[in-house]
Amino acid sequence: MQKTSILGRLEILADAAKYDASCASSGSVERNSRNGRGVGSTSGGMGICHAYAPDGRCISLLKLLLTNHCIFDCHYCVNRKSSNVERARFTPEEVVDLTLSFYRRNYIEGLFLSSGIVRSPDHTMEQIVRVARTLREVHDFRGYIHLKTIPEADPEIVAEAGIWADRVSINVELPTAASLARLAPDKNAPRIEGAMGGLHSRIVDARDARRKYRSAPRFAPAGQSTQMIVGADGTSDTQIIDKASRLYGRFGLRRVYYSAFSPIPDASAVLPLQRPPLMREHRLYQSDWLTRFYGFAPHEVSEAADANGMLPLDIDPKLAWALKFRDRFPIDLNRAPREAMLRVPGLGVKAVDALLGARRHRSIRLDDLARVTNSLRKLRPFVVTSDWRPVAMLDLADLRARLAPKPRQMELFG
Amino acid sequence: MIGARLEDPDDFDAWRDMARASVARGIPPEEIAWSEGEDSADLFSLAEHTAPRSSGLPEASSVPVRASRAFLSLATSVFMHSDPSRLDLLYRTLWRLQKHPRLIEDTTDADVANLRRLAQHVRRDIHKMRAFVRFRRVDDDTGDERYIAWFEPEHRIELANASFFIERFTNQHWSILTPRLSLHWDGTELVRGPAATRAQAPAADAAEDLWRGYYRSIFNPARLKTKAMIKEMPRRYWHNLPEARDIADLIAGAQKRETSMIAQGTELLAEEPPVDLGALAEGIARCRRCQIGCNGTAAVPGEGSPGARLMIVGEQPGDNEEMAGRPFVGPAGEVLNAHLAAAGIDRQDAYVTNAVKHFKFTARGKQRLHQNPTAREIDTCRWWLDKERALVHPRIVLALGASAVRGLTGRTPSIGRERGRLLSLPDGVPFLLTAHPSYLLRLDGAAREREEANFASDLAALASHLRDPATRDAHSA
Repeated sequence: MQKTSILGRLEILADAAKYDASCASSGSVERNSRNGRGVGSTSGGMGICHAYAPDGRCISLLKLLLTNHCIFDCHYCVNRKSSNVERARFTPEEVVDLTLSFYRRNYIEGLFLSSGIVRSPDHTMEQIVRVARTLREVHDFRGYIHLKTIPEADPEIVAEAGIWADRVSINVELPTAASLARLAPDKNAPRIEGAMGGLHSRIVDARDARRKYRSAPRFAPAGQSTQMIVGADGTSDTQIIDKASRLYGRFGLRRVYYSAFSPIPDASAVLPLQRPPLMREHRLYQSDWLTRFYGFAPHEVSEAADANGMLPLDIDPKLAWALKFRDRFPIDLNRAPREAMLRVPGLGVKAVDALLGARRHRSIRLDDLARVTNSLRKLRPFVVTSDWRPVAMLDLADLRARLAPKPRQMELFG
Repeated sequence: MIGARLEDPDDFDAWRDMARASVARGIPPEEIAWSEGEDSADLFSLAEHTAPRSSGLPEASSVPVRASRAFLSLATSVFMHSDPSRLDLLYRTLWRLQKHPRLIEDTTDADVANLRRLAQHVRRDIHKMRAFVRFRRVDDDTGDERYIAWFEPEHRIELANASFFIERFTNQHWSILTPRLSLHWDGTELVRGPAATRAQAPAADAAEDLWRGYYRSIFNPARLKTKAMIKEMPRRYWHNLPEARDIADLIAGAQKRETSMIAQGTELLAEEPPVDLGALAEGIARCRRCQIGCNGTAAVPGEGSPGARLMIVGEQPGDNEEMAGRPFVGPAGEVLNAHLAAAGIDRQDAYVTNAVKHFKFTARGKQRLHQNPTAREIDTCRWWLDKERALVHPRIVLALGASAVRGLTGRTPSIGRERGRLLSLPDGVPFLLTAHPSYLLRLDGAAREREEANFASDLAALASHLRDPATRDAHSA
C-alpha cells in the first residue's frame, strides 16, 4: 500500500536514512542571511545539534532519502531491491518544502539528502542535485546542505552537487574490495575511489582558485566524508584503521564515519543477525581521534591491537598503546613537549593545553592535574609531577587489570 | 564595607565602569559587596559610588586600571551567569590582575578555574538556546506569518544570542519569549520587550507532527544510549521540546523492536514446519508475522496431550492467559471448565488452544482491554494452527466462536445458523461450533440463561459425538 501523506512518507524515508552515521553540520564557511532573501546561516566551526535521539545521536540535519526504491541489491542495506520494506518517494519540491518548514522553526541546521537508485544513477543524481539547487537558487537558503553522491553517476552531475552543497560524501561501505564484491554486488571499489578522487581534485582546485580570485565559486567548502560499515564482514580493526588512513591521505577526507552494523528489518541471510558490540565502533572512533588530534601514526594505533588485529574493548586504544610501550613513560608534565604529553592516557587536548599554560606560572603538582582531568587514577602510573613519581608502577605485571574499568553487569541491550 | 549595586544585570559596560573606578580607588575585594537589581539595601548607590570624592571614599589613583584581553573575554561570559557571587569573583580577579597581569593563563589558580567553569556554563547555555529554541508559526491579522518561541535559559544570555537568531532568520518575523524578557524581530529592528509567560506563546504548530514523526523515525532502536542523550539534552529542556514527548515510548519500544527484527531474520532462515509441539511453541514465541506478534506480549501455546482426541480452539489468549502463559485460565476458562465437567468431558483429555497465539489489546490506564483480532491476523496465524492440528491429530474439533472457525477454515461463519451441528474441516476432520464462553460472561438475566442452555446443549452434542465410535473412526479412515 502506497502511503501518500507527507508524514507517512517522511517516516519511511527518514527510517531508511538512519543507517548513515554522519549528521555533522560543521566545518563549512560562515554565512548568514543579512543580505539575502531567504533564511539560513552556518557558523563555520561548530555545528549545532538541535536534538538528541535516545540512541545518543545528534540530530542536526533533516536526514532523508529522496526515495528508498532501489535497483541495487546490497545485502547490508535495508533498501536493497530484494528487501520487502515499504517503499516511498518524495518529489524534489516536497523535500525543499520540508527542509524550509523545519528550518524556519529552528528544528535543523539543514539537509542531508541521499537516495536509493531509481531508473539510473544519472537520473537519481540529477534529482538530488535539483533539491539543493532549488533550495539555493529559488529560496536563497543559506543553511547547511550535505549531499550523498552516487559514484556510478556521470562525474559532471556529481560535480554539480559540490556547487550547491557544503559537504559531499560517497560511502566506501566496506573496508575491503572483496567484502564489497560479496555484499554489494552492484558496487565496485575502483569506481567508488575514482569518484572520491574526482571530487577531491575539484575541492582542491576550487580552494586554490579562491586564493587567487575572491569571487571564484566555492566547491563543497566543508569537504568530503565517507562511511564504513563495521561488523558486517570479517575485517579486523587494524585493516579498518589502515583503510581509513589511506582514505584520509589520498582524498583529503574530513571525516571517516564508522557505522556498527545494525540488524536491519528483513535482513539478508548472508549477514550476521547480531550486531557487533557498539563499543567496537566507539574504539574505532577513538583510534580515529588519535591519528587526527593526538599525533599518532596509523601504524602506531594498530600496534595497540591484539594478534587478531582487534582493538581491546575494555580499555581505550591510547591506554592499550601506553601499556604496550611502557618504556616511553613516565612523562614529566613540567618539562615534556606537547607531543609527548598528548600520549599520556587520560590527558586530552584541552587538558594538555591547560597544563602548558599553567606550568609557565608554577610547577605542576598532582592537585593541579586533578583540576584539569577526571582520570587521575589512570594517569598516575604514566606521569611525573613535582610531588609525584610512579616508582615501580610501570613494571607491575597487573597494571592493565588495575587500570581497566571494573567488570560490570552486561550491558542491558548488549 | 562598601556596597556596589548594579541596576541592570544585563549591562556589562556599567559593571566594568564601576569595577574600574573601584579598583582605581584602591577598594580591596573584601571591602566591597556587590549586588544587583532594585531590591537590595546597600550603603551606596551606583550614583554615589561613581561620583568623585563622595561620602569619604578613597580618591582615584592616577595609575590606569589594567585588564587583559583574556580576562575581558572570560568576564563578558561570566557576567551573564545567574550565580550572584560572580560579581565578587570578577572583581577579585580584576583586583589581582593589577599585580599579576598574566593571571588568566594560570588555569590551575582557584579563581581562574572558577571563572573558566562559569564561562563554560554560560557558553553551553548559549549553545543550547541556539539548539533548543522551537518556533511556532502563527498567521497574524494582516496575513503575515510570525514565528514565536518560548524558551527558559539558565543564565542571562538572551541578548547575547539575539544576533545569532537575527542573522539566521533575517527575513522572518520572530519573537523569543523568556521569563526575563522578550525579543522581537520584524526584519529590520530588534525590540526588547518585557518578561513573558509560556501562555503568551502559541500552544501548537501543525509542523510539529511532522517533526515528531521524523524524530521517531530517525531513532535507531538497535542502539539505545539514553545516558548520552540526557547528557546533551538535559531533562530540564524537555518540556519545551515537542519531540521530547516521544522519548519515553521510544525507549520502552526499543528493545522489543530489536528482538522482533532479529526474530524476523531468523524466520527467513527457518521456514521448516515445527517437528513437535515444543518446537511449535518456540516458533510461536518468536513469530512476528503480524502486528499482534510484535506488541511485546508473550505467546501462549496450546496445552494438552499430543494424542488428544478432542481439540478445543478459542479465539486468542486474554490478560490472565498471557500472564500465565496457558490458554483458558481466566474467567472464560472457568465457564468452559464448568460446562465441560457438566457435559462429562474431561479437559485433561483435550488439547486446548487458540486461533491466535498472542494477546491483542488496547491499553486503558493500567488495564489491557481485549481487542478482536482482524481476519488478516487470524489468517496469518492459521499457519501455526494447521501445524498444531497436524501434530496433535485430533478426531474432533470444538470451535469456540467465529474467530476459531476462521482460523480453522479460513472463512467467517454465522454462529446462530451453524452451531451445534457436526461440520467438516477442509481435510475432512469433523468439527462442532459453539459460542465463545466470554460471550456468556457479557450477558445477564434471561439472555444469559438462554445462552448458557444453548452452550450446554452444544457441549452435550459434542460429548455424544465423542462417545460415538463412528466419530472415533471417521478420521483414521
